Amino acid sequence: MKKILFIEDEQSLQKTFEDVLKKEGYEIISALDGEVGLRLIKSEKPDLVLLDLILPKIHGLEVLEKIKKDPETKNIPVIILTNIEGAKDVERALELGATTYLVKTSYALKDIVNKIKKTLER
Amino acid sequence: MLKRILAQLNIIKQCKQYGLSVWQCPQFLFLLMGIVIVAASLSSYLIGIRYVADPYLVSLMVISIVVILFVISFIITQSFERLAEASRMKSEFINVVSHQLRSPITNIKWIADFLTSEDVEMTSEKKQEYIGHLKENTARMVELVDELLVVARIERGGFPVRKKQGSLSSLIRELIKRSKVFAEASNVSLKFYSQKDLSKANFDPALMRMVIENLLDNAIRYTKGKGKIEIYLKKKGDNLLFSIKDNGVGIPKADQTHIFKKFFRSENVLREQTQGSGLGLYIVKSIINASKGRVWFNSVEGKGTTFYFTLPIK
Repeated sequence: MKKILFIEDEQSLQKTFEDVLKKEGYEIISALDGEVGLRLIKSEKPDLVLLDLILPKIHGLEVLEKIKKDPETKNIPVIILTNIEGAKDVERALELGATTYLVKTSYALKDIVNKIKKTLER
Repeated sequence: MLKRILAQLNIIKQCKQYGLSVWQCPQFLFLLMGIVIVAASLSSYLIGIRYVADPYLVSLMVISIVVILFVISFIITQSFERLAEASRMKSEFINVVSHQLRSPITNIKWIADFLTSEDVEMTSEKKQEYIGHLKENTARMVELVDELLVVARIERGGFPVRKKQGSLSSLIRELIKRSKVFAEASNVSLKFYSQKDLSKANFDPALMRMVIENLLDNAIRYTKGKGKIEIYLKKKGDNLLFSIKDNGVGIPKADQTHIFKKFFRSENVLREQTQGSGLGLYIVKSIINASKGRVWFNSVEGKGTTFYFTLPIK
């Protein structure tokens, strides 16, 4: 079973994604802030990380940078899932090695799930 | 070449912060006016010594020109600074509001997507849980819009303070009772000490409710694990003195002068919680000022904060 780490501080979103992704046959691990997220990525070695940018403790871009600098975790695909849509943030995230940058308000839930499936199939 | 020099002085970065062109940027204009003043004083000196015999007259002429130009440049840069500040606040407002509103809107949208998808089977317990999330996110949006409306009223030049005679300690007790669940969930104890036989005061109950709710909410939110909040109310001269003391995260010294500004949230608080508009304390200060009271605080980072306000009894 593929494992997805969801780093997101909105608890209602965590709940929704947990139920949706479990139904699709994935195991989901939740982290409510950047610090916990970094700890879990090392201990759980997920197949994919879904990462919000505005997070308590450590900003999402800093988390992404640390993931991609660490030889143990740099090959784990990271999908940015955020409400920030500044061109600079998109550019920076892709520079740092994010696989995809998705602005939450632009996608329906099933579209996000399809993007996750496509990334995991690669 | 000009751009390189300006970049060295960091002026371009500062101008970008305001979202204005370099020619509207107060720092650039200040630099430009400085150059104009130096050039004007040099040229008036050179012209003066060529055509005017008396050196004292020349120096008087140069000084007058410098003073006049200085005053003009001060007025000009002040006006552009106000324009720049208004532009920066507008951008900040749009960024904060759009993020704070987008989060609950996305949550509601996706929960609705999930609940209405064809192959979802749900127990009634799960349904209730999701309904709870929908209500919570709706409440967040309503709260933000309410705060923005209050801020708009404040900025339009005030709002009516409809004073009525009432008991501030009864209002505080009622609000503490309402916050008990939130406080218990945050593992924070709430105690209220009111002076006995406190006289009634004239205040606007709706506005005072906003003030106390904001201060109480902040104290609970920013006090972690086995925290303690103490509220005191007593008479001091012709005023009632309210204070709320917590042993929470405190406010860093560098942030203390900004704490009542609109949209301001301390770095240490942002690290703990990303939700929050930064409007609460701005609203508190505006209401207390309009009620002819005074609000202030003492805080030590890592140790806690005490907020105070006074309210005239009559």
